[in-house]
Amino acid sequence: MASLPPDFQQLKQDQLTPFLHDEIAVPDELQANVLITTVDKIYNWSRRSSMWPLLFGLACCAIEMIATAASRYDLARFGMEVMRPSPRQSDLMIVSGTVTKKMVPAIVRIYNQMAEPRYVLSMGACATGGGPFKEGYNVVSGIDKYIPVDVYVPGCPPTPEALIYGLLKMHEKVDRQSVTSVPWYRKDTSQFVPVPRLGPDVFDPRQVDLIKDTTLKAAAATTAAAANGASAGATEHARGPAQLSDKAIARMEEAKRRWREKKGLPE
Amino acid sequence: MSQATVVAEAPADELDLGPELADAVEGAWAEDTEKTYVIAPDRILDVLRHLRDVQGYDFLSNLTCVDYKGYGGKLRADVDARLEIVYNLYNTRRGGGSIGLHVRVPEDETVPSATSLYAGANLQEREVYDLFGVKFEGHPNLRRILLWDGFNGHPMRKDWQEAYFEEDVKPFRSRHPKGEYAFHEDKIPWAKNTTYPAGWDPDSWQEPVAYVPVSQAPHHENEPHLDTESIVVNLGPHHPSTHGVFRMLTRVEGETILALEPEMGYLHRNHEKIGERNTWLMNMPFTDRLDYLNSMSNNWSYALAVEKLAGIEVPERAEYLRVIMAEFTRIVNHTWSIGFILNDLGALQTPALYAIEEREMILDLFEAVSGARMMCNYMRFGGVVRDLPEGWHEQAAYLANERLPRALDELDTLLTENEILKARGRGVGYLPVEDLIALSVSGPMIRAGGLAYDIRKAEPYGIYDRFDFDVPTLPNSDIYDRYYIRLLEAMESVRILQQALRDIPEGETLGGRGGYTLRAPEGEVYSRIEAPKGELGFYLASDGKVAPWRYHVRSPSYINLNALGPMSIGYKVADAIVILGAIDIVLGEVDR
Amino acid sequence: MFGTGLLKGLGVTLKHALDTFDDDRESVPDRYRGSLDLGNNRRVIKQPIDQEGLLTIQYPEEKRLLPERFRYIPMLIWDSEKDEDRCTACGICAKVCPPQCIWIVRDSDEDGKPLTRASEFYIDAAVCMSCSFCVEFCPFDAIKMNHDYELAVYDRYPQLVYDMAELTVPLEYYAALWPTQFEEEETRRREEEEKKRRQEEEKAARLAAKQAEAAEKPADAPAAPKRSAAELQQLARERAAQRQAQAADGGSSEDDAAAAKKTRMEELKRKAQERARQRKLESGE
Repeated sequence: MASLPPDFQQLKQDQLTPFLHDEIAVPDELQANVLITTVDKIYNWSRRSSMWPLLFGLACCAIEMIATAASRYDLARFGMEVMRPSPRQSDLMIVSGTVTKKMVPAIVRIYNQMAEPRYVLSMGACATGGGPFKEGYNVVSGIDKYIPVDVYVPGCPPTPEALIYGLLKMHEKVDRQSVTSVPWYRKDTSQFVPVPRLGPDVFDPRQVDLIKDTTLKAAAATTAAAANGASAGATEHARGPAQLSDKAIARMEEAKRRWREKKGLPE
Repeated sequence: MSQATVVAEAPADELDLGPELADAVEGAWAEDTEKTYVIAPDRILDVLRHLRDVQGYDFLSNLTCVDYKGYGGKLRADVDARLEIVYNLYNTRRGGGSIGLHVRVPEDETVPSATSLYAGANLQEREVYDLFGVKFEGHPNLRRILLWDGFNGHPMRKDWQEAYFEEDVKPFRSRHPKGEYAFHEDKIPWAKNTTYPAGWDPDSWQEPVAYVPVSQAPHHENEPHLDTESIVVNLGPHHPSTHGVFRMLTRVEGETILALEPEMGYLHRNHEKIGERNTWLMNMPFTDRLDYLNSMSNNWSYALAVEKLAGIEVPERAEYLRVIMAEFTRIVNHTWSIGFILNDLGALQTPALYAIEEREMILDLFEAVSGARMMCNYMRFGGVVRDLPEGWHEQAAYLANERLPRALDELDTLLTENEILKARGRGVGYLPVEDLIALSVSGPMIRAGGLAYDIRKAEPYGIYDRFDFDVPTLPNSDIYDRYYIRLLEAMESVRILQQALRDIPEGETLGGRGGYTLRAPEGEVYSRIEAPKGELGFYLASDGKVAPWRYHVRSPSYINLNALGPMSIGYKVADAIVILGAIDIVLGEVDR
Repeated sequence: MFGTGLLKGLGVTLKHALDTFDDDRESVPDRYRGSLDLGNNRRVIKQPIDQEGLLTIQYPEEKRLLPERFRYIPMLIWDSEKDEDRCTACGICAKVCPPQCIWIVRDSDEDGKPLTRASEFYIDAAVCMSCSFCVEFCPFDAIKMNHDYELAVYDRYPQLVYDMAELTVPLEYYAALWPTQFEEEETRRREEEEKKRRQEEEKAARLAAKQAEAAEKPADAPAAPKRSAAELQQLARERAAQRQAQAADGGSSEDDAAAAKKTRMEELKRKAQERARQRKLESGE
């Protein structure tokens, strides 16, 4: 990577937050180890200087991704021009576009096939949070619902510069990792993401119990209502159960609390 | 070279069906707008056959369905039938406007399939079956197409609601003035955009058996030891040469393709469902994201449809600006497409990079005028949103007069005489033009087959009748011609651009009404333009409210894929990649 | 002869390579013709239209010169002269927003009477489609499109939901980003104000004439006491003072917020100056 002017590095330092892989603490006896920090530097430099993206386009953003790789912005300056069609050979997945329910099992499978260390960049509004199509019945509102995302690039679509900025943030992130603490050299830290399945709607194997709980409860409620002579609403069936589960209510409370906290409002 | 005499003519005023079929017509729909006839469901095939064979309406452009449950308009107050199938037919030899037919779907939700008469009805009928649940009797392969087998319900029906459903029509009341800010996710137990029927048990769920195309490997009479077993090869949805998230299921014997089934829906973004919730104007930026390489022509097509429905006038200067933008877009699309056909042939990077260079120059112009490189959102009902910025016209004129002709010539010298391109392209993917018409294929594909059918000439819209340009045709209907026709069309676009940039008058750019409070009068309209990829049409139905009752996109990429299977049979797998590339699809428009 | 097409193609690529190399070489020592030094070694590149190929923009050291109409994510305008937000919480932007990504809470006083200003304003950048309808239909020129695209973050929630503090920029920033449009708007506003002032003067003159007339007649049925303009102004001043007092009592968190906003505004003003300089250089070229 070309060296950045110092103020550029500092410009957005305040946006840096602790990231996912840092949760594993560095052992105290290793923290001041000169050898380790030097190795880290080389290790991170070599990884970020040839980060091969997966040749993987989903929608509109993919066109801007191609434009980024083309002669005007030239991703080769970052050692990223080799877009690999095979997930086995790539380090970075740029989720460029709307993720649909029909596609999400394939994406999770591709993610699982990528070798560690692997990074995910969510490009554009759609991949980040569903974007303008968020309300659609076949749209996943954010790829982070299924796989962990390292950098989010907003924009619809992000211009090539915005994508490169996101890639630079990714480089910063790589620079902060340490060979002693990265999860992929440890036992049982790196796990496969269960592949979502297509049922009446897409469902995450991790949530089977929750879904079952809610649907069966709703069925019981419908039967009870029918027994009482009340007519069950047709929309209830289509939209899922009307009654929220306790877990969901707790989640909502948590979300509200976080919002109030962020705005500095009293409880 | 050209088989057609292309003269714009008005279609027959009355549906002249003759005495035998007089009883098939049940009435007319919405006299005020375009004239459409309601046909009895059991006679529809007879009527279609008559129109095709006697009157020459050989092109089934649009086939869709409308759900009238809860319809608020007056025109249909006395009709009980809920679902109606809509057909729009055109005459490719004579040109001119469409004949619109409606069929009211009977109680058992089954209508006869039109595939026996128009092979192009195949994908469109499957889409209607998938999204509305109407069954087509006699369809050879009636499966879900955009969603997957096992999906709960038919989402385009008016009473089907998604998990994040908030209100029937935007704007949602929660946004202002209370601003009850909450992620939709927080309202749903599993925090995802999914719904499950009550009583459904995910533990015992079994996915339906995956579909594979069936075809028999050839039997060798005299040499039975040559008989082989065919295998199914799956390409996509993640594959570097499928131009996005497209999937092809092929059955091959050796490397020869015996059967090929396109499988789509991996980018089905529910444009139509969202579009029925949006107000008329809100759909404009959504059209940008249909064919995301050509947002300007998508804008134009939608604006034309609404203008036709609501009777909005467009000022002179805006008409010129629309032509300029649409033709720049055509050049962008065609150069991009040429670059990527070559990419599929194995000429990695160089032609594509050359194409992108010119694209970037044009995109700079789009960005200067509209503010965005790809999602321009530039047109409005009754004109365009802003006039040109300072210095734009000079740059565009330089581009159209100097740089683009030079660049297209360069591409021509680089590629046209190339022996590899000829060897790989000549005779590959051949399909006679009659078949292409029957398959509802439009755009450069059909002109590469020798039929000079271009909507800009056949049914002129905007101000295309003022420009001097040709409709190039090529005779061979193979990959090489499909490559070369795009280059020729881009050169014609340059000609139109030069004239438009020379003649553009000063004046207003946006007509009076057509803002965000637009209420289109009750009625329906089908309007189409010659988009770079083919015929892009919008079928709109209005019940007089702020939002469209039905918003259907007849996308060229999707319907041109009808031809992919028939075109690929007998060629090698490597050729199928290029055949797909030469159809020139964009997945945003295929799956919508 | 077989192979001539291939050779011709190779000739084209060679010529293209040499031509574009020549373009680059010509631009030395500035490296690129039409590039402007922004300080900090960051240059702004403007693609000359009459070149053979296309210049590579070495982002992040260089940036492309964005056209004035460039749109990315909306921003809210803080009128520095009047020291207030231009937004009146009318909600038109939230109504026209196609993906409905704008949330507005209208402010109200202690009695619950709605005020013409927003207390909260959110834009979800993970939903926004950059269509610029909010800008187009805002009657108060209070929401505009920002050119800042360096927005990538490590966490979507809540960093990509921009609140009012993050969205608000000073008027100078907007003026530097959108100079032509800003000038047009200012002219229009001045004209309108002039017209309004004249109308008010006329009205006042009429009122005075009427009052003089009324004074001549004995008041037989006194109308409901209406507040005069002066009284209303006095009331507004009192309320403003009240608000300030409240803010002062609000404790350290409010102070911090105000200080943060001040720093942010200063930062943005600095950026705006940079931008204006860049524009000036460009026009000078």
